[in-house]
This record gives sequence, structure tokens and C-alpha cells, in this order.
Amino acid sequence: MQLKAGLRIKSAVCAGEFIVVRAPKDDLDLRCGGHPVLAHDAAGDKVVAATGADGGAPMGKRYADDALGVELLVTKAATGALGVGDAFLEQKGAKALPASD
Amino acid sequence: MNMMMLLEMASGAMGDRVAIGDADTGLTYARLFELAARMATHLREGGHERLLYCEISTPALPVALFGSSWSGRPFVPLSYRLADDRLRDLVSRQAPAMALCGGHVQDRLVATDGISMCDPMAYLAELDNETPAEADWAFDEDDIAVLLHTSGTSGEPKVAILRQKHLVSYVIGSVEFMGAGEDEATLISVPPYHIAGMAAILSNVFAGRRIVQLPSFEEHEWVQLVREQNVTHAMVVPTMLARIIDVLADGRGLPSMRTLSYGGGRMPLPIIERALELLPHVNFVNAYGLTETSSSVSLLGPDDHRDAIASTDPAVRARLGSVGKPLPTVEIEIRDPDGIPVVAGVSGEVWVRGDQVSGEYAKRGSTTTDGWFPTNDGGHFDEEGFLFVEGRLDDVIVRGGENLSPGEIEDVLLAHPSIKEAVVLGLPDVQWGEIVAAVVVADENEVQVSDDELRAWVSQALRSSRAPARIERRDELPYNDTGKVLRRVLRTELSP
Repeated sequence: MQLKAGLRIKSAVCAGEFIVVRAPKDDLDLRCGGHPVLAHDAAGDKVVAATGADGGAPMGKRYADDALGVELLVTKAATGALGVGDAFLEQKGAKALPASD
Repeated sequence: MNMMMLLEMASGAMGDRVAIGDADTGLTYARLFELAARMATHLREGGHERLLYCEISTPALPVALFGSSWSGRPFVPLSYRLADDRLRDLVSRQAPAMALCGGHVQDRLVATDGISMCDPMAYLAELDNETPAEADWAFDEDDIAVLLHTSGTSGEPKVAILRQKHLVSYVIGSVEFMGAGEDEATLISVPPYHIAGMAAILSNVFAGRRIVQLPSFEEHEWVQLVREQNVTHAMVVPTMLARIIDVLADGRGLPSMRTLSYGGGRMPLPIIERALELLPHVNFVNAYGLTETSSSVSLLGPDDHRDAIASTDPAVRARLGSVGKPLPTVEIEIRDPDGIPVVAGVSGEVWVRGDQVSGEYAKRGSTTTDGWFPTNDGGHFDEEGFLFVEGRLDDVIVRGGENLSPGEIEDVLLAHPSIKEAVVLGLPDVQWGEIVAAVVVADENEVQVSDDELRAWVSQALRSSRAPARIERRDELPYNDTGKVLRRVLRTELSP
């Protein structure tokens, strides 16, 4: 899928929804629960998550791969795990920024 | 992207937490979301193209900010302190619009074509009669979210355009969702028409931190509210901090306060030094940003403050006057007048790039090049990458070919025990091009200092070229209502 910062996407296996915070220029095989993610307005029934790809993604957490230049924010919690190809994306650590407003 | 996404997440994950007001009686996130849904219906059915807010902070303010976004209308906070004719002019340009303002403002606006007026709290009370809108807010990231009038202390005010993508990027790039504990509360005392007032609502809603509003800043009330409401976080402008420090002479401190951030203007060194001394348990954060950058782009954090105050190394100590390092999501460069980046230690113009940076104005369009926004602020980086902001480029004094920074001279003047307030500006001069003029307010409780003694004080600390050729004494300085000195007023008064 061609990603773009600000793009809303959803999981094909669960209620998970995400927003793209940072996107690479090239297409990315972004998956949730082992299945390619869908455009936010895509229709169709949910499919069953692939075995072992059910680690989940809690709301409000970010997942990123700095080498690939991708970052996602979870806007609705997912039961499927986020990944690129067969590799899972890592949850980013708590932000070190102090409150400034 | 849409700011409503931020509130939807907050309402879904912590609907029962109090978002706005008193810990026991305030509005919860779920209620804030519901009121925004009802407001969206009203705005759409009324044919209003924009929502104006021309009043002090009330619980209706966050509802209005989110409700306008839900309905796809720009939110336009305006200063109720503007002169009548100017206010009428700005309001009439936004028609057809709904204006939330109290009776005192309605009287001044009289009847303006295409503007329906309503008191904010009366409006809030009526909202339960509206049907809540479906969760159907637009996701066009280029929709205009907020129109803000910049302060224009050195020139004509402009209308900055902040689109959904700018404000949402800022919040999701710099704030941890639900990062605040349930016991945390922030005190907002900056006015709604200031970028910090807008950013404070968005950031704290996303973080899950209860918002306490102080509608009109007064230092005793601020301190009292912090103590009564167990406020843990707050953002203030430098003039506010100076006044708060005076109240803290009562020795009772601010036991609940954890993080105090400041920004919106240059912080005089003696004031932040005194604040660190009086509130040793508080984390201080210096935030630098502009209206056009959706709030903060650079931060000096708590550890930087502690390292600086404890250090004997002049370079480290100097960082107390720095705005720290760029946010991870923002790039900052210092460039020369030809737009070429310069090395550390060299002063130039501060340029900023990032998803949160707008740099776009109504009528004038975008001022960015390849995403880079020229801030019109002078500054430099030190060897360790700390950014120092030297003030508006328009305010730099060019004396005999030498560029002098007013802020540097103001700091020295303020360090004199007899001087309470000081502002330095350039005045036209036949021989030098410009000369240094200082307008000072003396501390009536201290021994008075002569003009010559003050010049010697500056010459000794800096160089003789920095010593003010002209010194004016006043009982008070002219400030705008967010604490910025009105240099253009002083320049007009002092020019021949």
C-alpha cells in the first residue's frame, strides 16, 4: 500500500484503526494480524488473523520502523499485531518530551 | 486528519475522566465529545461558515474549538480587548458566522450583518436541545482548523491559517496519548486567541490532563487556583512568571506543581534564576514557537535548566537563556540573509520545517520555500546544538555597521538591582545610523541609579558600543495583553 502522512487505514482482521504519522516514498506491505491493512472506507468482512500475529496494538500507542521511515498511531485498539511483511513493528517507547503547553 | 480524532480517542479511552474544570464537578471527556456533536448540528443548520469566539476562557471554549472542527468550520478566536472599530472590522470580515461573546462585547459589536451573537455559557446551556451529529467530521487534512491573528508587536497584525494537518501533527508528534496521570491538572491562563491557548486545549485533551481555566490572568488568583485545585502543570508568559514570583514571597510555595513551562517571549535571566531558586522541586520547560508553527518547535527541558544553573562553565550556564533543542519532528536552521545555512556560533534568521509548520497567511498566502518557514526571529546555535533566539529581526539595532541584540542589553540592565523593567530599541541617528535607546522602570524600593552609572554598568558587562546613548525613565512600560512589550509604540514616542 502507498502510505502518506495523515492517511487513515484499518485492519482486515479486527476493529483496529490507524493513522499514518510518517510514511516512506515507496509502497509498503503493511499488515495487521498478518493480513494487508485496508483503506479506511474499504468494505468487506473481517478475515481471521494469521497464527501468531495476534499480539495486538493498544489505542494511542505508536509503532515505527526508523529504517523503513514508517510510523503509525493506533486510533482504535487492534487485536492483530502490526507488521511489515513477516516482521512485526516495534512499539515506540514513551515520549521523553516534557509537557510544554 | 481532523482534531476531532484527538477528542474521539480521549472520549473513547477515558470518557469518565474530567476534561475541563473542577475535579468533582467539571465536564468529562465523554460530555465534551457529546456537546461538540450537538454544536456541530447547530452550526451546520444555522448556515454559519465560521465560529468566532470573542470572550475570556469559559468551558464553552473547548466545546467550540472541537464543535467547529466537527462541523467543518474554521474556529476564529478574537481578542475582546481590541478597540471597538477594529473589532467590528475583524468580525464583519468573517460573516456569515456565529460569534460567541458576552453582553459587553455584543453591545460593542451592535448589529453586524451576517453575524449571530450568543453568550458562550448561555449557548452551552441550550446545546442539549440539539441532536448530536453523527461522527461524520471531514478528514481533509487541508481544511482550515483555526484562524489566529498574530500579535504584531513590531508591525501590522496578520491572520495566520492553521490547517487540520498542522495542529493534529503537532499534537500527535509531541504528546503521548493518555500520558497524564488521573491526578494531573493544568492551569491555562493565556487567552483563547493566543496559539498557546489553542495548543494547551488540544495537547492536554490528548494527554488526558484536566484543564483548569483562569479566564483573566491575575497573579494572586493564579497562585490561589494552583493551591486550591492541586494544579500540577501550567504554561505562563514571562511577565506572568515575574508577577507570580512576587506573590511567592509569602513563602508557601506551590507544593502541587510539577512542571511549569514558559514561552511567548524572551525570559529575562534574573526572573528564571529566581524562579528556579524559589521552586526547586518544579520542572521548568522553556518552549519556543510561533503562531505560524502551531506552538512549540524547540524545548529547553528540566535537566537542561538544572545543569545550567549548577554549572560554573559559562557556556553551560548561558543555556538558561536558550530555547533548547528542536522537537524530534521539527528541523531548524539558522540562515544568512541570502538563505544559506550558517555554522554554530553564527547568528542569522531562524528557519523552521515540519508537518506542524504552516507559515501561511490570509491574503498573503504561503511564505515557505520547500516547506521551510522564515520566522523573522534572529538566533544562533551553540556548539552543542542549543538554540538561542535573539528577538525579532526587525528589532535588531544596527549601530555603525554593528548588529546589536536588544535582548542581550536588556538582560544586563535587568541584572542591575535598581532596575525593575527594561526595553532596548534602536532610534534613527545621523551619525551612527541607529543609536541604542533604553526605556527603564526603576525599582522604587532600591537606591536610584544615574544614567551614567547605568551606561558604565552596560559597558562593563558587554562593550561600550552597547551602552544606551539615550535612557528614558517611565513608571511603567506598554505591554500587549499577552505580556509582550509594544516596541513600536515606544519607538514612535521616542522618535523625533
